[in-house]
Amino acid sequence: MLDYVIKRTGQVVVVLFLALTAVFFIIRLSGDPTALFLPPDAPREQLEQFRKQLGFDRPLHVQYTEFMTKAVQGDFGTSLRTREDALQMVINRIPATFQLAFTSLGLSLLIAIPIGIQSAYRRNTWFDQAGVAATVLGQALPSFWLGLILIYLFAVQLQWLPTGGGGSLVHLILPALTLAAYSVARFARFTRSTMLDVLRKDYIRTAKASGVPTYKILSVYALKNTLIPIITLVALDLGVLLGGAVIVEVVFSWPGMGRLLMQSLLNRDFPVVMAGVFLIAFIYAVINFVVDLLYAYVNPQIRFK
Amino acid sequence: MGNRSPILEVRQLQTHFRSGHGVVKAVNGVDLTVYAGETVGLVGESGCGKSVTSLSVMGLLPKPAAAIVGGTIHFAGRDITHLPEKQMRKLRGNEMSMIFQEPMTSLNPVFTIGQQMAEPLRQHTSLTKRQIREKMVEMLQSVGIPRAGQIIDEYPHQLSGGMRQRVMISLAMLCQPKLLIADEPTTALDVTIQAQILQLMKEIKQKQQMAMLLITHDLGVVAEMCDRVVVMYGGQVVESAEVRTIFDQPRHPYTQGLLASMPNANERKGELKAIPGSVPRPDEVGQGCTFAPRCSQAMERCRHDRPPLVALPRQSCRCWLYAGEEETALEEVAHAT
Amino acid sequence: MNQSTLTEAAVNPRPAPLSRKREPAWRTYMRRLVKSPTGLAGFLIIFVVVILGIFGPWLAPYDPNQAEFAKKLLPPLTDGHLLGTDQLGRDIFSRLIHGTSVSLIIGSCTVLFAGLIGTILGVVAGYFRGWADIIIMRIVDVKLSFPFILLVLVINAVIGAGLQNIIISLVFAGWIVYARVVRSEVLALREKEFILSCVATGVPRWEIIVKHIVPNLFTPIIVLSSLQIATYIIAEASISFLGFGVQPPQPAWGNMLSEGKDYIFSAWWLITFPGVAIVMTALGVNLFGDWLRDVLDPELKGH
Repeated sequence: MLDYVIKRTGQVVVVLFLALTAVFFIIRLSGDPTALFLPPDAPREQLEQFRKQLGFDRPLHVQYTEFMTKAVQGDFGTSLRTREDALQMVINRIPATFQLAFTSLGLSLLIAIPIGIQSAYRRNTWFDQAGVAATVLGQALPSFWLGLILIYLFAVQLQWLPTGGGGSLVHLILPALTLAAYSVARFARFTRSTMLDVLRKDYIRTAKASGVPTYKILSVYALKNTLIPIITLVALDLGVLLGGAVIVEVVFSWPGMGRLLMQSLLNRDFPVVMAGVFLIAFIYAVINFVVDLLYAYVNPQIRFK
Repeated sequence: MGNRSPILEVRQLQTHFRSGHGVVKAVNGVDLTVYAGETVGLVGESGCGKSVTSLSVMGLLPKPAAAIVGGTIHFAGRDITHLPEKQMRKLRGNEMSMIFQEPMTSLNPVFTIGQQMAEPLRQHTSLTKRQIREKMVEMLQSVGIPRAGQIIDEYPHQLSGGMRQRVMISLAMLCQPKLLIADEPTTALDVTIQAQILQLMKEIKQKQQMAMLLITHDLGVVAEMCDRVVVMYGGQVVESAEVRTIFDQPRHPYTQGLLASMPNANERKGELKAIPGSVPRPDEVGQGCTFAPRCSQAMERCRHDRPPLVALPRQSCRCWLYAGEEETALEEVAHAT
Repeated sequence: MNQSTLTEAAVNPRPAPLSRKREPAWRTYMRRLVKSPTGLAGFLIIFVVVILGIFGPWLAPYDPNQAEFAKKLLPPLTDGHLLGTDQLGRDIFSRLIHGTSVSLIIGSCTVLFAGLIGTILGVVAGYFRGWADIIIMRIVDVKLSFPFILLVLVINAVIGAGLQNIIISLVFAGWIVYARVVRSEVLALREKEFILSCVATGVPRWEIIVKHIVPNLFTPIIVLSSLQIATYIIAEASISFLGFGVQPPQPAWGNMLSEGKDYIFSAWWLITFPGVAIVMTALGVNLFGDWLRDVLDPELKGH
């Protein structure tokens, strides 16, 4: 088990190192990065001065080494607008994003797993077909549009909830629901198909032959087997969830990393963008790491290797 | 056997599968009786309906697809053919148990042996946690598992195939069932382990005084274990007799073919004779005897009329060859369609 | 004991599974499509969308960029405007139709290029293994550690807006899906007997790849592509909505929603119809894709 943890830690470090490299090179995709850091109508001499100031006139490998050395120490430079430390600015926004992302993750699992189990158990009944139809529709709904529709219904028409902003639980409801919609559809669909597979397994027949009641087979025996692939899917979908959070935060003016990133992109504040993109990759890698450990915990076949 | 009471009595059982291509008559009028304390072998090639018969008895048919559409099943004098799931559940793992073919896949990989074995005891008895544990250890020891106390907390993948089948047996025996159905219990095991497991089942059966329905395609196992034999072909019983009679005096051409194709360790002189052709899929069966297309003694009549089960002095047999010998047909031809 | 002898002797007289009387393949598929309500619905939606995308300019009743201030924010079904007008008095229906071709071009071009690049890299990684495999899969790992939509956004912000650049950024972020699927397919294929026998008889590598591996990849790639198109169309709409991607005044479903959201208190139709267009298109593609997967690759069913 310890070997496994060490090996996975190593992998995380490598991926993060490469992710930093990717961030460095993406910024240089357009050729001259200086233009990215200034408004399009900046005068020529300001451009030259800026290029010197940021070190873009030096050879690429020198820039790369410097970027990496600083980045490893958490130094992505300062925001071009507010002069604050770029990484710190993004870190300050983490709690809000986590609040949103994990509320919707919990919400979607809570909704999706029971629906998926019931659909599998009542395969080909109206319940199942309604569930399948809902999940197909859910996967075709872009989150930003769903967000707009929810705002229109609950904030504009019914006036039950605020249109956006952050700070309270009331503000969290609509964005969390919006973000959860896609995951609910995916998780429910996946739970259904995995559960169908599990229910066909020999060991479920053994449990039935031992006289275990159906509800217990569904909620204890088959569920644990089903959870293992679901954990993997959740880990894979965290990226989708974090990406979706960017859009949902903008729609609902939720004060998280995504909204900051979007504003920085529009303002061409690239130190903040780089810090934000890296931090998201970092969070994603750490969560994946935790999920892998969790996975090993649930699955004894891995735990004892 | 006449003076003992039947534990399991299956009469004219018909189990059908509904599939996209129509109805498959997997079991088509099977009669089967198991008396208390005896071992009955249910023999046939794969696809002949023997497993479906046992699943029908246990009430474990895959639900919307398969259903019992005719006949009755009596267990210990009680009609259980269409017993509600709730009451059926009280029988399963308690008064009747089942062992399956694949020990490797029949135990849930994510629960410990103990967690899985505790289940029937929790369902059918009111033992405390500690009593359950004691009972499980005792049971595991009785099937010859060393370190039973530790194995309880281990996962199935940590055990060998033979060990797992022992666990399956002890799982089935926990509540001292009256009937044990064993569906090819040794097929998936190594030959040396097979012998051990069979020996174990024999001992346990004697100790517990229970009846056993042993489903197998292996006539060697039958000779070793069974008191009586029922041979199935194409969803029907084709011959049924005492084990000695089957080996000494098989009457049905299919039974004769099965015996001829069995390698004999003692006398290696004769060549093995295979039965030409293969088991028809249940949906391909036309009129006439189901075995006729592969039968070396088939007559014109066999292709048009389905033979009834004929009572002979020492056995019953479903074949036109003997229709003249005995006039008391056990059933009407009409059943068979 | 006797089983093996019995089955070995089996001369199987089973009839052919289905009566196929040399019917052309497309007719077989059409027959099966008509039998599947969801697949057929998907197909019809796609058909309508494609027709609108290609013939849109001739079908649209108004010039999509013709602003008429006196007629701004007209509700649907007034003054000959089927779906109403926007804040500048432009006809929403005409703009939607023009937006269709934007979505179609982006969706299909991305699938084409991402599929091509991903497939080539996937085959190289899966067939040749070694260093190529390690490098390609590391790139895939790194890309996977960024959320797809974020990657598209940042790349698009760096290289600039415009139709062509959207496709470039989508392809840049999208090829990995293909690379992963193709690689695992190739890994499975190269262990198959028919490939091993080619290797054993000395067939050149490139011939094995082109003649034996690639044809077996068509099914998974077609199935994957049919489902990816929806992802790309939604991704384009998302980034256009966020202010990158397609720039106004060129009509695209995403930027129509972006402009419309400022009028959410007064004009519901501005945010409704472009959204419905996106959902219907994605739904149609997904339904058809699910059907296609069930028909071409029954083993994948349900996953």
